[in-house]
Amino acid sequence: MKRNNIIIKIVSISAYLAFILFSFITGFNPGKQMAANFITFSVYMLKILPCAFVLIGLFEVWGKKETIEKHFGQESGIKGHIWAVLLAGTTVGGLYVAFPVAYSLYGKGAKLSVIFTYIGASAICRIPMTIFEASFMGIKFSAIRLLVSLPLVIISSILLGDYLEKRGYKIMAGK
Amino acid sequence: MYYLYIITAFALLLSFIADRRKTLMAIKITVKKFVNILPAFLAMLILVSVVLFIVPDKTISNYLGGNNKFTGVIFASFFGSITLLPGFIAFPLCGILLEKGVTYMVLSAFTTTLMMVGVLTYPIEKEYFGMKVTVIRNVISFFIAIVVALITGIFFGEIF
Repeated sequence: MKRNNIIIKIVSISAYLAFILFSFITGFNPGKQMAANFITFSVYMLKILPCAFVLIGLFEVWGKKETIEKHFGQESGIKGHIWAVLLAGTTVGGLYVAFPVAYSLYGKGAKLSVIFTYIGASAICRIPMTIFEASFMGIKFSAIRLLVSLPLVIISSILLGDYLEKRGYKIMAGK
Repeated sequence: MYYLYIITAFALLLSFIADRRKTLMAIKITVKKFVNILPAFLAMLILVSVVLFIVPDKTISNYLGGNNKFTGVIFASFFGSITLLPGFIAFPLCGILLEKGVTYMVLSAFTTTLMMVGVLTYPIEKEYFGMKVTVIRNVISFFIAIVVALITGIFFGEIF
């Protein structure tokens, strides 16, 4: 199963590359445009990802399990969610950065519901993004969005996290 | 963006001064984690490049600017879910649409699903949290976005 997946991945990536190459040789425009999209987004993400992963690496080494458990773990209560929202506010990039960070937090003893709050919050209330948003859409728009979505994110995270934890669900990478 | 580099460099330096061995370990972990998730990122980037070709900004603008505001919300949340745009592209686009007369409600549905629902980030999310959790989280996020859009519509007097 796992091996099959890898083969499928390799085949589809090669097919994509072949298609792009073919497009450039024959001057097929859609393929060229896809390549342009691919490069734009790769560059954009490469500006953020290395830093994010270095910080995750440092966190893995220096982050104390007891500290994380205390603030984000089973006994943290609603405070854990508040910490998660604050941490999310400083997160850069988007969901694709939040996932590995959340996974590291989970590995250090954060509870599931707090992890979900962190992921949801880092989608909607990253501070630089919100300021940028408000400058285009107005403060009222951003304020409504935050005030409505944040409580819903926290409530749904608690429900989902507790439900999964009651059923003994454990996150394992790649499953 | 620069503050990210400054913070990272500063953290690395501090760590290096405090404990060289630990810092090297951290870098090893960084490389390992990065390499492990790289195929998923590649998959996402390929999906992004294809989807944004099929659904470029112009198409999105056309659909969002339609007459009926409720179909507008449905289209907006659909496009927001299946695309992935960084803020520096998405919000200026929304600013333009706003000036063209697209409602706040529709734009809210678009930006909120854009941020919260990640069909294109699925390969990465699945890699960390598994398929089941990924699907549940995205479905919940979709409904939250719809609620946010409707309440935005009410506050801006676009529904009643």
